[in-house]
Amino acid sequence: MLQGGAKPVVLQVGSHLMFSQAHVRGAQYAGPGSQESGLQLLESKVAGLNKGALIVIYCGCCPWNRCPNVGPAFHRLVELGFTNVRVMYIPNNFGDDWVNRGYSVETGR
Amino acid sequence: MLHRPAPQFVGRNLNGKAVSLRAYRGKVVLLNFWATWCAPCQQELPRFAAWQRRYGADGLQVIAVSMDDSVGPVRALVRKLDLDFPVTMGDATLGQRYGRVLGLPVTFLIARDGTVADRFEGEGHSAEMEKRAKQLLAGR
Repeated sequence: MLQGGAKPVVLQVGSHLMFSQAHVRGAQYAGPGSQESGLQLLESKVAGLNKGALIVIYCGCCPWNRCPNVGPAFHRLVELGFTNVRVMYIPNNFGDDWVNRGYSVETGR
Repeated sequence: MLHRPAPQFVGRNLNGKAVSLRAYRGKVVLLNFWATWCAPCQQELPRFAAWQRRYGADGLQVIAVSMDDSVGPVRALVRKLDLDFPVTMGDATLGQRYGRVLGLPVTFLIARDGTVADRFEGEGHSAEMEKRAKQLLAGR
């Protein structure tokens, strides 16, 4: 996806406490997807984007099949008319599946 | 982190009373990181409450640290589940000190001497967790 040159907008749609401990380098906080206030934050983050913009959302709060955040966030983006939304699959949690694998992270914000 | 002293912290329970890990030295502490939006966490908490009742006299102390971003949902759920152990609000600093809490639930068993004996991440560990807690209570 990234090799094509289009730099995605990366949004973490889960817990802000977890976001501040570690998040994908360059990601913005846009959650939590399980709450309307979080979905409104998500809307504000994408407000100025072209509807075809490449958007990647992720959470990693808990196992994939238990996550309360990515589903609502994805659906909200689709409802808003975005056509190029991807969800980063995190099977267990962000610690196991990203941080502990040595992928790039930053903290804070 | 395993077999090293558990990072000390002082939190406030939902009534504003200080909860200090140091005060529980000599007990086996089950330190659980959870959140109201975490379904596996909601399943674990009543189990921990049952363990507190069953093993409290033997020296078990459950402490639950919520990683919610605000206290409102926490108060509501604690009331609903009728939890009778300390519940405090966590923050990024505490999470970092416990090796970064980047997925829930995470539970530590802290031995009577204050060292971290076990770390359990995710769901499905309750049998092993209870077995280890009983071993620690028995001094093994």
